[in-house]
Amino acid sequence: MSKEVQKEKSMILQKEMIEGLFNDLSTAKETGKKVCYTFVPGNLSELIRTFDMLPVYPEINALQSAMRKKSAAYIKEAERHAHSEDVCTYVKCDVGMMMKGNIGPTGQVIPEPDILLLSYTGCFTFMKWFETLKREYPNAKVIMIHTPYQENGRITPEMLEYMIEQLKVEVIPQMEAVTGIKFDEGKLKRILALSKEAEDWITKIFDTTKNKPSPIDAYFAGVYYIGPINIGFRGTQEAVEYYKELYSEIQERVRLGLGPITPEGEMKEEKYRLVVEGPPNWTNFREFWKIFYDMGAVIVASSYTKVGGVYDLGWRHDPDRPLESLAEYCMNCYTNMNIPQRIDLLSKYIRDYDADGYITNSIKSCNSFSAGQLAMMREIEDRMEVPVGFIESDLVDPRYFSYSNIKNRLESYFQMLEQRKIIHSTEKVLAHE
Amino acid sequence: MNKYYLGIDLGSTTSKAVIINEKDEIIGRGITNTRANYKVAADIAREEAIYDARFTLLANRIKQDMDSKPEFKRYMTDIRAVFQYRQFKRRMDRLETVLQKTVAEFPYPNKAAVKEKLNEIIETIRPQIRHGFINEDLGSKNQFFRDIVSERYNAEVETKGKSLYEPLMLAFDKSITPVENEMMQFNFKELVFESMKILDEKYRGLADQQEDGSKEDWYYAELNAVKNNYKNVEYTLRQHIEDIVGEEIHISKMVGTGYGRALLPFPEDCIKSEILCHAFGAHAIFPNTRTVLDIGGQDTKAIQVDSHGLVTSFHMNDRCAAGCGRYLGYIADEFGLSLNELGPEAMSATRETTICSTCTVFAGAEVKELLHNGEARPNILAGLHKAIVQRAMSLIARSGGIKNEFTFTGGVARNQAVLKYVRQMVTDSYGEVTMNIHTDSIFMGALGGAMFARRNISADLPMASKTAELVED
Repeated sequence: MSKEVQKEKSMILQKEMIEGLFNDLSTAKETGKKVCYTFVPGNLSELIRTFDMLPVYPEINALQSAMRKKSAAYIKEAERHAHSEDVCTYVKCDVGMMMKGNIGPTGQVIPEPDILLLSYTGCFTFMKWFETLKREYPNAKVIMIHTPYQENGRITPEMLEYMIEQLKVEVIPQMEAVTGIKFDEGKLKRILALSKEAEDWITKIFDTTKNKPSPIDAYFAGVYYIGPINIGFRGTQEAVEYYKELYSEIQERVRLGLGPITPEGEMKEEKYRLVVEGPPNWTNFREFWKIFYDMGAVIVASSYTKVGGVYDLGWRHDPDRPLESLAEYCMNCYTNMNIPQRIDLLSKYIRDYDADGYITNSIKSCNSFSAGQLAMMREIEDRMEVPVGFIESDLVDPRYFSYSNIKNRLESYFQMLEQRKIIHSTEKVLAHE
Repeated sequence: MNKYYLGIDLGSTTSKAVIINEKDEIIGRGITNTRANYKVAADIAREEAIYDARFTLLANRIKQDMDSKPEFKRYMTDIRAVFQYRQFKRRMDRLETVLQKTVAEFPYPNKAAVKEKLNEIIETIRPQIRHGFINEDLGSKNQFFRDIVSERYNAEVETKGKSLYEPLMLAFDKSITPVENEMMQFNFKELVFESMKILDEKYRGLADQQEDGSKEDWYYAELNAVKNNYKNVEYTLRQHIEDIVGEEIHISKMVGTGYGRALLPFPEDCIKSEILCHAFGAHAIFPNTRTVLDIGGQDTKAIQVDSHGLVTSFHMNDRCAAGCGRYLGYIADEFGLSLNELGPEAMSATRETTICSTCTVFAGAEVKELLHNGEARPNILAGLHKAIVQRAMSLIARSGGIKNEFTFTGGVARNQAVLKYVRQMVTDSYGEVTMNIHTDSIFMGALGGAMFARRNISADLPMASKTAELVED
């Protein structure tokens, strides 16, 4: 079964990459590598790599903990240390993990940070998160750039200049100081060239959902696909190879007319094509996904898979404009776009991928995503005339995932879609009579 | 053979059944508040709907007489009430047996005294209930067996002295639920004839009653007509009853909805989301409906529908019971009132006390504090009703606001105080919109279910009969 082997190949590649990273992290003290904690949105992977540092993404560790059913205990630990119930659960999960020995998803200890790098300030919680970590790791160097919000829906020359200035004055010199390595622009350019290549591939991958049936689920499987590009492998040859491989596997599925692969095998019938806004729930990820594939619903595009970069609109890292493109990248992340821009992007997804509906997963913990979600949904409903649905859960706190409530709402939503499909097809029949 | 379709809405507080004919007309309704398993609840509601359907069929047969002769109209109203009484009587008999048994098993030293007082209570409330059904309009008050009995039982217990209060209340609490949850089979024909006999006695006794001017004129017109002509009505009915009893109410298809729907022994395609059913039902009764608010026992739903009755979007609360029917149930318990008494008392308020907390549990504490500070009970109740409606309004706003026309459904739509605040707040926020509230509001979900059953497809338009034909072919 060649397709099974092909499927496994990209997964094996990804697994190897991640294991390699955590191995390197666990031996960082011995090898003398510096460790940089940073966040996915607006991350400066290329710069971290230029200085030979190893990245740690606390929110990725948190979601990994949730998928391994460890988040509840970590959150409880953080709450015992006076973190309120309303604090972002990514933060509490990460803090709790740290308090319990900072054992990462591979069972290896994650080393302390040498640098806490904050390159996206649109999420206020990120700042408070690192303030907390700074207290725990007083030796870590905090590097923070203020990333202006795209208030008017565009990046102005002044915004760009402001960002570049911060990179030149704040970020690069401090990285040099911590690592003892001189900034090498040529190296950064070579890395950026590989970033661009990976970005081209991933854009092509997410574009395959134009096929019917869609060969992939752009949300539930998409979160796996964005792994390498989001967690520090952007700018490596490995990432390029991974995405190339993944793309060819998906192409094979398209050629065979196959639907997405789910944890219970291949999805047989594509009944509904949806666009989803908001991050998924991680504590009950499989159950959550199952509600969708059991109903024959496939996600053809999602905003969450763009948190690490919106490449759909043609933007790429550019080796010829190294600092400029890093600055643009920080400002271009999905949650840094203003609400009308997000509406335009999501509407484009509905149009380009011929979606039947739009669902918002509103996350109790996440202000960056939740602000404006309802207004966006209403506007999209009016503009695109698609049925919209609204569900609520949380990132990594299992106490906020109510299976029966979510299932009840989604069932109603799918029946609503079904109803409309029948009516529309009947109208077509009647129109042709 | 005529075809009928059944919709069953299994809610968290009540279960409803609606039977429709091939014209989407409601011919039978049934409702129960049994807390037994959903299967029993569905069976009880369905049986009730079938009895109701037989009465509708009977009424259809004598439609001409009912339209032209007041005695027929009056007789049919009365016979339904007495029929309901006969059903109650059977359950009441059962309750008496269970109560006796419960008391017999009591470990209390004063068991004999409890038993004696229990018998006294039973002897007092039995004729009260009979009188209520036969001579007053208890049958039209939409009250459940539990409510009717407990209201009178509790009142009597109060008179029996402190030392017996606890065992007597315990006996009732232990006995009512199993009796309520019992599926009782009734013979329609037998019960109808029994009812006619009771009515015969009633009307015979009416001969001496004088008009005292306390009722509307039509009341006396109907009363006089039935008093003089009831034998004639009886004679006409007897001619039809055999046929009606013999007619099979053949349920061609059914659809289940509501919270308990997944537990119904129905095939998967016969189970529909209550969102769609409520919208479809509301739209069938009020075709211009664009926004539906349904306040049920366990959730509140704001639903937007298009001109075909199709749901375009919806919003539900499912995090918190404040703002739902259950909140009212909880408050009623706090005040020791029945659900039906809440609305009227709130309507007598002189102002609405501000209730800060919309959490059901905390509201209980707040209420106690307010009572302690001397706040009048109606004012507190008014504040609580207002708080519920405020929650619902916020849900509506989240779902996209109110578009004309607005239809209010669900069990809570029967509460006058809730209606008052809904009207007020809808007008304040959205201006003058047509507001639809139907006496059948509580049955909208079941009606929508029955309509889906008739179409036997996942969806259809009420108006586009062509659609149904296409699919059925």
